[in-house]
Amino acid sequence: MAVAFDEMNIPGGDLRPAYQELARWLKETPPEALEYRRQEAELLFRRIGITFAVYGEAESTERLIPFDVIPRIMSGKEWARLEKGLKQRVRALNMFLRDIYHGRDILRAEIVPDDLIFQNPVFRPEMNGQQVPHDVYVHIAGIDIVRVDAEDFIVLEDNARTPSGVSYMLENREIMMRLFPDLFARHKVTPVERYPDELLAALRSVAPQSASGEPTVALLTPGVYNSAYYEHSFLADKLGIELVEGRDLVVKNNEVFMRTTEGLKRVDVIYRRVDDDFLDPLTFRPDSVLGVPGLMSAYAAGNITLANAVGTGIADDKAIYSYMPDIVKFYLGEEPILKNVPTWRCREPKDLAYVLDNLSELVVKEVHGSGGYGMLIGPAATKATIEAFRDKLKREPEGFIAQPTLALSTCPTCTASGLAPRHVDLRPFVLTGSKSTTIVPGGLTRVALKEGSLVVNSSQGGGTKDTWILDE
Amino acid sequence: MLSRTAENLYWLARYVERAEYLARTIDATLRVTALPAAYIGKTNEWDSALLTAGVAASFYQAYEEANEHNVVEYLSFSPNNPSSIRNCIEAARLNSRSVRTALTSEMWDTINSAWIELQAVWSKGTSTREDLAKFLRFVQETSLRFDGSAYRTMLRNDAYWFSRMGVHLERADNTARILDVKYHVLLPEEEHVGGPLDFYQWSSILRSVSALTAYHWVYRETLKPWLIADLLILNDTLPRSLASCYGNLVRNLDQIGVAYGRQGPAQRHARGIRNRLEHSNMNDIFQHGVHEFIQEFITDNSRLGEIITKQYLI
Repeated sequence: MAVAFDEMNIPGGDLRPAYQELARWLKETPPEALEYRRQEAELLFRRIGITFAVYGEAESTERLIPFDVIPRIMSGKEWARLEKGLKQRVRALNMFLRDIYHGRDILRAEIVPDDLIFQNPVFRPEMNGQQVPHDVYVHIAGIDIVRVDAEDFIVLEDNARTPSGVSYMLENREIMMRLFPDLFARHKVTPVERYPDELLAALRSVAPQSASGEPTVALLTPGVYNSAYYEHSFLADKLGIELVEGRDLVVKNNEVFMRTTEGLKRVDVIYRRVDDDFLDPLTFRPDSVLGVPGLMSAYAAGNITLANAVGTGIADDKAIYSYMPDIVKFYLGEEPILKNVPTWRCREPKDLAYVLDNLSELVVKEVHGSGGYGMLIGPAATKATIEAFRDKLKREPEGFIAQPTLALSTCPTCTASGLAPRHVDLRPFVLTGSKSTTIVPGGLTRVALKEGSLVVNSSQGGGTKDTWILDE
Repeated sequence: MLSRTAENLYWLARYVERAEYLARTIDATLRVTALPAAYIGKTNEWDSALLTAGVAASFYQAYEEANEHNVVEYLSFSPNNPSSIRNCIEAARLNSRSVRTALTSEMWDTINSAWIELQAVWSKGTSTREDLAKFLRFVQETSLRFDGSAYRTMLRNDAYWFSRMGVHLERADNTARILDVKYHVLLPEEEHVGGPLDFYQWSSILRSVSALTAYHWVYRETLKPWLIADLLILNDTLPRSLASCYGNLVRNLDQIGVAYGRQGPAQRHARGIRNRLEHSNMNDIFQHGVHEFIQEFITDNSRLGEIITKQYLI
C-alpha cells in the first residue's frame, strides 16, 4: 500500500496552509497540557452522558466514543468543492428514489439492472406510486467521504436511511471551544451550531398539506436501549420537539396523534430514527414493538411525513453504490463532482473472477452490511479468513462487492507515544427541505485510533475529532 | 407534554425521595440500636425499619433474621429488593435518560453523577460503619441536590408540577408509614408513662423525617408524643408533615388544572384529603384511633396516585 496522504504534512517537511497555525500552537503547548485537556474532555463526555451502546455486549454497557482533541482542518476552498459535490449527489439520490417508486425511467434506460431493485429486500413495494411532499425522500443524508490525495473527495458510502453521528459533530465542537478557547482565537472556524435550526426548518417545510400552519414535528426513537439514544434525545432537545416512542403514538382515522397529559395531539412530521422494518407492525415486521400500528396507512393517506421517507434504503444499498456516477449523469446531465471508489460487482462473473484472484489486496463488503461488520480487509486478514471468505463469495456472489484497499488520508492524532498520523474519514450531513439543500460546514470526522488501522467505526475502536472548516 | 414524559418525571422524583427516606431510616435505626438495651427495650429496631420501608414480607423470603447486616444490605444494595436504594437510583437514572429533554442539565448531572458514583464506589456495598455513614450521606446529598436543582432550574410548568407531585406523594407515604409502625409509642397525654425508653424512640422518629430540630423550634418543649404526632400529621409548616404534603399536592394539581383549563377526579380527591387534615385536631385523631387514621390515610394517598396515573399518565 502506498504511503497515505497526510492532511497536515507535505512530504519533505512543509505544512499545508490550513494547518500552519495549529502546528505553531502544538509546538508551544507542552504534551502534559494536551494530555490534561484530553482527560478533561473524557470527563465532560461521561458527565454529559454522551455514550453509545455496543450491540452484543451486556445490555447495560454504555461506552464513550474516544475523542481526539487535535482538530481536523480543511480550508474554505476545499470545503466549497466538497459542498458542491455533496449537493449534487443528494439531489441525484432523491431523483433516483422518486423515479424508482414512480416512472422507473432509469430501469428502462437499462442503466441500473431491474433485479437489483426488485429482488432487493430494502426495496419497498408499499412506496410504489406514493406521493411524498415536494418529492423529498432523503431529508437527512450522511455521506461518508474519504481522501487519498490533495485533489479528490471520494464517496465511500451513502447513508440515506437514518444516518447518525451529528450529535458528535455538535458536542465535539462545544467541548473543543470549552477546552481550547485560545486555539479558536487563532483560527476563523465556521460555526456548526445552526444545524438544529436548519434541520427543524427542513422538517417543517415538508409537512403534509393537511397539517396546520404550525406543523408539529416529533422525533421517533426506538428507546433508551438503542445505541444512538443519546443522539435522539440530544436532537429532540435542541430542536425543541417531543422525543416519542412507538407507544406514545396512536393512529386514528389515518391521522397520527401523540398521547399527552392533555389528551391526543396531532403529529404532522416524524423525524424517525426507527428502521423501515420496525415502523408499523401491520405493514412490516409484525413482531415489532417499536412501531406504530397503522402508521403506514396514515402515510399512504398523506397525513404524515416521515423523514427520511420509507424505502430510501434502495438508494444507499452497496449494490446500487457502484452505479452512482451513472445515476448522477442520468438525472442531472452533469459529471459527478465526487468520485466513487472503483468497485467490482461480484454478481458479474468477470468481476468475480478478478476479485477471487486478488482477495488478499481487496476489501470485500457485504452488500447489505453496515457498521464495518461482515467485511474482509484483504491485506490485514489471515490466510484462513481469506479462504473462508472465498467460499462465501463463491456460494453467494451477488451478496458482495469488492474495492481496492484505499490509503485513507491521515491526520495528526494523540497516541500513547505522542502525536502520530492516523487514518480518518468524514461524514457531512446534508439536509434537504422543500426549497433548498443545506450543509453545515464540516461533519463528523472519524479516526481509526489503532496504528495502521483503516476501520473508523465506533463499534470497532474508532474515535472522533472536531472538524474545522476555515472561513477565509 | 407526553404522558410518558409526565409519568417518568413523576416516578423519577418518587425514586429519589424514596432513596433519601430509606437512607434516613437506616441512619435513625443505627443510632437507636447503638444505645444500650435498657434505652430501647426489646423491640427489634431493624424489624421496624423493614416495616416502615414496606418490604418486610419480601425480606423474610430471602433472610432468616432482621439484623443490621441483613437489613442494611437489603434496604441499600440488594438487587432483589425493587425499592432498595441502589434500585431507586438505577431506576431514577433510567427514567432520567428517557426524559432527558424534560430535565435541566443540572438535574441530569445530579442523577447521572450519582449513578456513576454508585457503580464506581459502591458497587460492592459497604463493609464498615464508616463506609455506611458515607454512603448514607451520599444518598441524602444526591436527593438534596436533585431537589435543589429542580427548584432552582426548572421552568414552572407542568413538567415541574408533575415532578413535585411525585415528591409530595412519596413523602406523604413515607411519613405515614413511620407513624403506622410507631404509633404505639405515640399515646395520648393521660396514658403516657414517660421513660428513657420512649424518649429515644421518639427522637428516632423525628430524626428519620429530619424534624428533631424543627420540633424544638415549633413547640419549645421537651419531646411529647402527642406533639410529635401533631407535628408529623397536622403541622403544615413542617415540609414532611402530611398536611404540608397535601397543601403542596393540592397546589400542584390546581396549577395543572389551570394550565390545562380542566379539573378532574385527582383535584377533587386531593382536596378531600387536604380538607380532612385541615379540619382535624389531635384529640379527635386519638379518639378515633391514630392507627386507624393513618391506615386510612395510606389507602387514600395511594388511591390519589392511581387517580393521577389514570387522569394524566397513561
